[in-house]
Amino acid sequence: MATQEVEATEARPPLSKNLAGGGRKPTDVNPLTPYLFMAPYLVLFGIFILFPVFYGFWISLHNWDYLLPGKPWVGLQNYIDLFTPGSPTSGFFWQSMEATGKFTLFSVPLLVVIPLLVALILNQSFPGRAFFRTVYFAPYVLGVAVVGILWRYLLDANVGLVNYYLGRLGLPDDIAWTNDLPWAWVALVGPTVWWTLGFNAVIYLAGLQDIDPALYDAAKVDGANRWRRFLHVTLPGLRPILLFIIVITILASANVFGQTYLITEGAPGDDTRSAIMYIAEQGLENFTMGSASAMSYVLALCLAVISLANFAIFRYRED
Amino acid sequence: MGRRVTRQEFLLMSAGAGAGFVLAGCGGAPEDNPAVQQQAGAGSGEEYKGPKVDLSFWNGFTGGDGPYMRKLVEEFSSQHDNINVTMNTVVWASYYQKVPAAVSSGEGPDVGIMHIDTVATNAARAVILPLDDVAKALKLKESDFVPVVWNAGIYEGKRYGIPLDVHPFGDFYNKDVMKKGGLDPNEPPETKDDFMGALEQLKSEGVQGFWVPTVPPGSTWLFEAMLWQYGGDLYNEDVTKAAWNSDAGVDALTWLIDLIKNGYSPENVGDGADLVAFQNGNNAFYWSGIWNINPLRAAGVNYGAVPLPQIGSQKATWANSHNFVIMNKRGQDPNKIAASKVFINWISTHSAEWAKAGQVPARNSVRESSTFQDLEFQSNLAEQLPYVRFPPSVPGIGDVQLTALDPAVNEALLLKKDPKTALDESASQANQLLKENRQKYQA
Repeated sequence: MATQEVEATEARPPLSKNLAGGGRKPTDVNPLTPYLFMAPYLVLFGIFILFPVFYGFWISLHNWDYLLPGKPWVGLQNYIDLFTPGSPTSGFFWQSMEATGKFTLFSVPLLVVIPLLVALILNQSFPGRAFFRTVYFAPYVLGVAVVGILWRYLLDANVGLVNYYLGRLGLPDDIAWTNDLPWAWVALVGPTVWWTLGFNAVIYLAGLQDIDPALYDAAKVDGANRWRRFLHVTLPGLRPILLFIIVITILASANVFGQTYLITEGAPGDDTRSAIMYIAEQGLENFTMGSASAMSYVLALCLAVISLANFAIFRYRED
Repeated sequence: MGRRVTRQEFLLMSAGAGAGFVLAGCGGAPEDNPAVQQQAGAGSGEEYKGPKVDLSFWNGFTGGDGPYMRKLVEEFSSQHDNINVTMNTVVWASYYQKVPAAVSSGEGPDVGIMHIDTVATNAARAVILPLDDVAKALKLKESDFVPVVWNAGIYEGKRYGIPLDVHPFGDFYNKDVMKKGGLDPNEPPETKDDFMGALEQLKSEGVQGFWVPTVPPGSTWLFEAMLWQYGGDLYNEDVTKAAWNSDAGVDALTWLIDLIKNGYSPENVGDGADLVAFQNGNNAFYWSGIWNINPLRAAGVNYGAVPLPQIGSQKATWANSHNFVIMNKRGQDPNKIAASKVFINWISTHSAEWAKAGQVPARNSVRESSTFQDLEFQSNLAEQLPYVRFPPSVPGIGDVQLTALDPAVNEALLLKKDPKTALDESASQANQLLKENRQKYQA
């Protein structure tokens, strides 16, 4: 590579050297250089993202068990099955998509609004602010296994602490949080909000600190009250952050696995079995990897459409 | 933000496709394994005289049973100068995913433990090797073992598992609660009438005596035990159709549901809640696996353990069994296979120690030993061996339970679906899955 570079420089006509005033222009670099700088990432991207994307699609066109010698080609059959009522996978798959959709629908608004309120409070100056910032963020450092098992026992219908204290307060103490509807959704969404709101709050907080204080001063001069200042200064200032939060929260919620796997274990029946949970069961426990891959693509496609819609909505508002 | 999206996508792909270890490639069929071809001449299983080898032994004994097995393994290694065994435990939940991946990449264990109902699946997937010659070298025969266990290790006419133990369900009863409820703590109920009478007596004292678990797999195991007691079975003879929606199945499930409806059990018993309640003295009877013997003792519960009462028309109980298997590793050293035989034989003959972990040894001679007979609860539950039942040895059978039967029993016990509907629906799902599995494993 080095010799190539020398040759290239020497082969260049002297005229250009003169025009450049003797020194090298910033643009006068080996055309490969930027790609070499990107290479380490591109290699990883290629191996861990690009290749699996295509390989996964290839798998989805077969009945694939990586240990069986026969991996019969089935074309789009795995996809057709997903859209054929009564096939072995379609009922379970759409049930799991519905569960995922419900979880996303219930958790995203809470995870967008509550962290914003928390961030607004933590953005004020008051004694102990740093302490509270840590407190709200703390649950986020726990792994999903800890959160899941902790809440499964806290929320147990018969031996859980939550029902015990509800009973002490004279409230109904026999709610089956983890295996009855609609309570199972509370058991999934509640702990998720408790667990991850700190992360969103930190991002909001960074966004709030980026808003120019002069804008608030100007608004005050114009006689805007707190609510108006929030509506016309804070919210517009947070727009890019808000889009980011909505998009990542939707994607994270749509990928819910650990909570449903540990807290409700899919119960009652498989009403709270999420799409990822079903895909993992099919692909990694039952080893029907072709069909599981097909489900992954359908799920990924749905998420891509939702993400695009988010961008479109926010772009429209900016115009 | 774009990066975030692609990372999420990537997670999806890898979750769905398991793309990471697919790359590792596929292990060949067992007969292609050079170690297998030479295996016949490799050692009697009584003794190993070859060069020193290191054996890797994997199992899922992550609970109180782990230390017992580790002790046995250490004892074995110290008695054999030329065999060193390293034990590695992986929780059962991920064991059956990790082992195949590891074995196919040539990195996995040499010897392992598998449950009897997973042996056929792993045999069909070429994860484990046929062991007929091991059984022959060790002169093991059906009459040395409980027949039902010995025969369950056979897939397509070849033996793949050497049974180590049987772990049946049993009736754990809390003596303190029985006493408090006005029952004789030394007379645990043996018949349906006794049992219902005891529950009624406890109910009158304000105790819900038998908490019916709703969360699989415990709930499914309980249902299966009752299904067999009522004279039903899980599948038809050639395992092409689910049979759990028979009258026997409906009766069995209805009996469990009535326990809840009549207030002998609370509703919505969550995962582990029945065990917690039993330990805390809130219920009297806990029907679960023999592996609870040590944990309950450690928790300081004053309890006894006896065979399940007979509720249905015949005696039966759910059980499973740990089996030794030898892995179909690429490029396996025949010396290691010879050493593995010695290891399996040694542990099997010393399995009385293993029984202390809360197990019933599969080997008759060990069960008849005084060491085992002195273990009161273990030998009580061992009385059930003549009528223990397993799921059939068919590849992919675990998937059918997981996908179809588990949610159905769960919904019925949560009183969300009536038992007949739940069982019928799941049986027709199961029939489809069974058909898919037949195509998959024949292809």
